[in-house]
Amino acid sequence: MKMIQAKTLSAAALAALLGLTPLAGWAQEDHGEEDSHAAEEEHADASHAEGHTTDYAFSFEGPFGAYDQFQLQRGLQIYTEVCSACHGLQYVPLRTLHDEGGVGLPEDQVRAYAAQNFEVYDAELDDYRPATPTDHFPANTSVGAPDLSLMAKGRAGFHGPYGTGISQFVNGMGGAEYIASILTGYTGEEKVEAGVTLYENTAFPGGWIGMAPPLYGEDVDFEDGAPNDIAAEAQDVAAFLMWAAEPKMMARKQAGFTAVIFLILLTSLLYLTNKRLWKPVKKGGTTPAE
Amino acid sequence: MSGIPHDHYEPKSGFEKWLDKRLKVVALVYDTLMIPTPKNLNWMWIWGIVLAFCLALQIGTGIVLAMHYTPHVDNAFASIEHIMRNVNGGHMIRYVHMNGASLFFFAVYLHIFRGLYYGSYKAPREVTWIVGMLIYLLMMGTAFMGYVLPWGQMSFWGATVITGLFGAIPFIGESIQTWLLGGPAVDNATLNRFFSLHYLLPFVIAGLVIVHIWAFHSTGNNNPTGVEVRRTSKAEAQKDTLPFWPYFVIKDLFALAMVLVVFFAIVGFMPNYLGHPDNYIEANPLATPAHIVPEWYFLPFYAILRAFTGDVWVVMFASWITGGIVDAKFFGVLAMFGAIAVMALAPWLDTSSVRSGKYRPMFKWWFWLLAIDFVVLMWAGAMPAEPPYSTISLIGATYWFAYFLVILPLLGVIEKPLARPATIEEDFAEHYPQSDASGDVKPAE
Repeated sequence: MKMIQAKTLSAAALAALLGLTPLAGWAQEDHGEEDSHAAEEEHADASHAEGHTTDYAFSFEGPFGAYDQFQLQRGLQIYTEVCSACHGLQYVPLRTLHDEGGVGLPEDQVRAYAAQNFEVYDAELDDYRPATPTDHFPANTSVGAPDLSLMAKGRAGFHGPYGTGISQFVNGMGGAEYIASILTGYTGEEKVEAGVTLYENTAFPGGWIGMAPPLYGEDVDFEDGAPNDIAAEAQDVAAFLMWAAEPKMMARKQAGFTAVIFLILLTSLLYLTNKRLWKPVKKGGTTPAE
Repeated sequence: MSGIPHDHYEPKSGFEKWLDKRLKVVALVYDTLMIPTPKNLNWMWIWGIVLAFCLALQIGTGIVLAMHYTPHVDNAFASIEHIMRNVNGGHMIRYVHMNGASLFFFAVYLHIFRGLYYGSYKAPREVTWIVGMLIYLLMMGTAFMGYVLPWGQMSFWGATVITGLFGAIPFIGESIQTWLLGGPAVDNATLNRFFSLHYLLPFVIAGLVIVHIWAFHSTGNNNPTGVEVRRTSKAEAQKDTLPFWPYFVIKDLFALAMVLVVFFAIVGFMPNYLGHPDNYIEANPLATPAHIVPEWYFLPFYAILRAFTGDVWVVMFASWITGGIVDAKFFGVLAMFGAIAVMALAPWLDTSSVRSGKYRPMFKWWFWLLAIDFVVLMWAGAMPAEPPYSTISLIGATYWFAYFLVILPLLGVIEKPLARPATIEEDFAEHYPQSDASGDVKPAE
């Protein structure tokens, strides 16, 4: 059923910024004839310039896919050292960094990480204090960058092959692919429109994004010596953001797997019961003696 | 019940007799469960049980979700994330509830099309059909309001577009829209009343489901031949029927378990496939999504809504004859509700004396075309409102109306039906020839 790729909030916001109404279709008949034509043209343009998303192979894709704990930890490092300068993660409790099936940091490390990296406002103290595991990652609205807590679920990725959506059916909606594609999709071109610098990005719907290239490769050094070229970094942080958006994915797949196995067992037993029950009826053609 | 002769409950022990004199509850349960059911029912008759299960599932999960949800524009989105992250098992309960709505509609569409093919709506089952249509309308209302509760972008803009439909009603539309929303636009008042109604309506549905079941227990089930159960004597009735318990209960439970295997695979492995990514972005009245797309189960009717644009001659004619009162937008709204209304009127539009499509050689083709039409409309509803999709929607919508308003009435007159079996017993025996030879048993379906 998923035939439409998600048009992003930022795309809409961007279009609004450019003074265009991204409202498409029936909903905007209220705006009168002329407006509606303008909107249709804008819409046509946008669909021609739909972003190109790379079909990255993430470890968590598919029914049996699992998060790669070390990748999530590398992604956390990139988020902390680069992304968190502008983007918040307001829905993610810091304590969940300790959770199994996720980043899986030891408790003392979570405590140290929270205290070292973030300060939160405490209403009781009426002052800022170092964050503790019970706090959330802070929101960050300083430059108007969107919160990243749900970014990996709020976007769709590769919806092929040939627009069939089969990849999304098997691998998931592909928000992480979208994020990694954005991070690696900069062409280096820039333009200034209405006083705002826009950067050309092949993955962004419309082709021009307001975010300056955040990663260039070798932006962080990993303790485990993992590659830190731009493609590796982009995938690591995208994987981390997938976890941030769907922290219970492993538990969910486990529950789904258990449910499916037991329901198959139940189905088989009911099949046999049903067959046995109906056998005399189908054989005799009449109601069996009760 | 059902006018089919069968055994009734006889209280045996002293306590049973005591209770039966005061409250005939055991008799009610017994007669409901033991209702003589045509023994030739095929696998399309299992969706009723799936639907009953869906209702129970949605109410059960919904009650738990309501314990943790906050119906306020500032907190609704965050409270969903609270459920997904902090509530024990909350992510599973929410995903089950989310996808449960899809299963509900998937099953109801198969249930409805089963009824359309086998003529289950025909006399004497019109009341069952009408009550079913009411349930379907309430389901759509409930699902729509439920989709608004997470307060994501699609929640907000979907609510804006759909309540805007009422604004299209001439003269009084805007007042109605304001009254529905509790203000000039979708806001906290809207969210609160939608939450309240989303909690209330399922219980109204449950009540109507009882009436729905009561109605077909009064008439007896239809069956794939459309031939009625013989009611002349208990012995003859027993040749056509089997008691619901255990034969159909076990059969239905088997089917339900199989459906649930697929359902839990979707919940466990691809819970967001049927949803829209934009709903993981918090509602923002200042940013309109590029495409406002309803949930998949509304798409066929959404396509019909959008099909009638100002350049369609029927719309121009309607506008001219009413002096502009019926504009394209209002026409679209009328068409959308009309599409469901003509379906509800099927018992009176179908002139054929033969119930089952199995014995109607011409009807069959038109019926399957309608089923394809439904899928095409669903697809077109997901596409942007521009050519060629608008044209496809228009053709699809036209066929939908033509099927009910022209084809069904005409077919009854011009079609020559095939020979039907005289009894259900005969039909059943044809499928499962009596075999006296031991060991030569037909495998179960």
